[in-house]
Amino acid sequence: MLPANLKAEQFAGYPPEARALAVSNLETFRKLPLSFLPNLLRELIDYDYKFPAERLAISKELSNLKSLSPEQMQAWFQPFSQIAISSKLENFNWVGEPVLFVEQLSAYLWSTHQLDAFRKAALEYGDRLRTAVPPEPPAMPRLGIAIIGQGVESYSKPLFRNLREHGTYFERVKPDDGVSLLLNAAAERAKAHPVPYGHWYIEGGVEAAHSPLLTCVSYKALEPVRDALLRDMQAEIRHPGMGPEQLRTHLAQMSPADLGMNKSGDVVLNYFQLKLLTEASGTQIFATTFVQWAAREALRRAQPLTLLARFGPRQRQRPMNEMLSNKTENPELDLIGSLIDADFGAYYNWINQQRLPGSEQSSFLIWFEGHSQALAIGPSLARGTTSTSIAGLNELLSWTVSS
Amino acid sequence: MMGEFTIRREVAMHLSCSRRDFLRGAAGLALGSALMSASPFVYAGTPAKKRKVIVVTFGGGARDQETFAPEGQENIPHLLQEMAPQSSFFTQVVNRGILGHYVATASLATGVYETFNNFAAVPPEHPTVFEYFRKDLRRPASDAWVVAPSNGFNRIGESDYRSFGPGTGARVILPKHLLTAAMSGATSDYEHLLRDNYETPLYAPQLGGSEFELQQMESILKLSVDDFKSHAQTLSSPDELSMYIVRQLMRQQAPSLLWITMHDIDVAHSGAYSLYIEGIQRTDRLCAELWKTIQSEPEYAGNTTLFILPDFGRDSDQDAGGNGFQHHRTGDAASRTTWMMVLGAGVREGVVYDHPMQSTDLVPTIGAIMGFTPSVAQGRPIQDLL
Repeated sequence: MLPANLKAEQFAGYPPEARALAVSNLETFRKLPLSFLPNLLRELIDYDYKFPAERLAISKELSNLKSLSPEQMQAWFQPFSQIAISSKLENFNWVGEPVLFVEQLSAYLWSTHQLDAFRKAALEYGDRLRTAVPPEPPAMPRLGIAIIGQGVESYSKPLFRNLREHGTYFERVKPDDGVSLLLNAAAERAKAHPVPYGHWYIEGGVEAAHSPLLTCVSYKALEPVRDALLRDMQAEIRHPGMGPEQLRTHLAQMSPADLGMNKSGDVVLNYFQLKLLTEASGTQIFATTFVQWAAREALRRAQPLTLLARFGPRQRQRPMNEMLSNKTENPELDLIGSLIDADFGAYYNWINQQRLPGSEQSSFLIWFEGHSQALAIGPSLARGTTSTSIAGLNELLSWTVSS
Repeated sequence: MMGEFTIRREVAMHLSCSRRDFLRGAAGLALGSALMSASPFVYAGTPAKKRKVIVVTFGGGARDQETFAPEGQENIPHLLQEMAPQSSFFTQVVNRGILGHYVATASLATGVYETFNNFAAVPPEHPTVFEYFRKDLRRPASDAWVVAPSNGFNRIGESDYRSFGPGTGARVILPKHLLTAAMSGATSDYEHLLRDNYETPLYAPQLGGSEFELQQMESILKLSVDDFKSHAQTLSSPDELSMYIVRQLMRQQAPSLLWITMHDIDVAHSGAYSLYIEGIQRTDRLCAELWKTIQSEPEYAGNTTLFILPDFGRDSDQDAGGNGFQHHRTGDAASRTTWMMVLGAGVREGVVYDHPMQSTDLVPTIGAIMGFTPSVAQGRPIQDLL
């Protein structure tokens, strides 16, 4: 089936708000090429479980598409129209299963050497959309905080190497009460600007005491969910004919209830956490990967004003099947490896924060937990320099954010 | 707006220039375009019948910033300080195919961008370098071998191409499968050597093709099962196990065409940066050990050309569609642009070549060096090596 033949009843399986939005944009959908539309539907089908920033972006994108003249439609989508699609893909249930369709489309584009053309078309579309619907600036300058090295007693090699050129390295920071101090600072920002899903605390170990105003995701708190997922994966792996693609399909179709997540909890956050574990690699077994990916996805999707990510220690490397079977109750930890992972993961947190609107005013602080080393990046902080000032983390934060 | 392809070309060129500048500075290599002398192979003086070629794929792909860029040099001391000065180094090897390890390695081995499902246990669709080599030069099965990680690679030795195919390609050794068989299921002391593919941990393909069996270990590798098990306990990774098998193979069979696929680096898919770096450092060390073995083994010393190249790179930090080093999914310039180091017989030492080449050029180049014709391959021989 092609988009021109779309009917409203084909969206009957969508959640209520997504269905309503789809039906009201049916005319627009009918004009879009098949290489493009399922990518849009992949986002739309989860509309009911998306963060406010994502819902706003989808609504604006749909409004923009609706407003395009036939000539503009032609100009915007001609590159997508030139992508050849197989009849097998045309016959796929791409309305009901857009996520699986996009996965198969991706494999098809690779195998037919059309990936570059698709990538070019997608980038051009993104540029056009950003010009037509500019992203809104944040309500306040963003702040990212990364706490790394939990449990590490000493480390002599240089830290923050990728970030040093962008900020000021402080080598005499007073570490007292650092974690609670930084969490309190995040909570103060949440209190001053109470935006839904606007202020996050991502924890790689056991979560510390924190304000309920912060949206919290924690590796330890998700342990029962991770266990349930790993048990499910083990069971699936034993099925005859199961392969990596079939497993991915199975995971993509899971709901929070399948893994025993609290039905009375925050539906949007439950779906977010589910996807952290079912769509990513390594988040199920390595705490450091979990924090990095959770921060990436929170920044990309919720576009928070504040994000504090505290990396925890991950288990030592073991054979993958053994880690997936999760039979060892207290696996040995790799503290130094976790510090190196976190140091690099924090760099990715900063990159992902800087992709958001208002980046020129954003700030970032990284601290080696329990130690005197930190690095701060802010609009008027010096770059590529070292400060020997003795300062508490609260002072450092005030210089970073107010700068 | 600047076109995506223009940007990609510029990024690829930037990567290439960075590698060149660094190698010229750090290892004192000369720029290849400045050299006008005749082919080193013309004067190499090694009879064609004795020429041997070993190919190493630099396992799982590694990026410049962790290898050849200044900040990555600490991870590859052997490649840079010991091997680069003895090599011809190609700074810009572009892979235009599918960036999955099995299909990409198969593309390297056929000289054609293969398009089969990366996760399927299928043979390459086009003739492999091993089939061309054996057919044209009338070599026995014992003269072409592949040592590879277990997942999927068991079918890489020969294609299902008409007039080639079953029985005409390379023997394949999957050391992890051998170890599992040797342990008869009791593998607790060896689990560190049996790590799976981190992208697809559940993948366990059906065996087939010309895979080497445990029962042949004693007769072909002159290695008892007990000795194999005993030595395996001293090793720390699957690639170390592969290299141990490679050394046995070189001593006992001395194949003329040997292909080794490293894979430890692909632990990057788990998202643990420290493990990715450890994988690079280990692969660097193993490459140097192989080079020393080549120089010390009588069957190989002086007549062997060693090719080292990644099958592809990994995503750049700057591409929002990926997650940096963790994967190779974006198809950006960093994930497609790699390098190749060539050492040994007939190779100009200490030379850097900037011009782009493709992954598919490898097989025609080996063909030109060894004297066979890869008739279906799409690439072209690299003239700088001829």
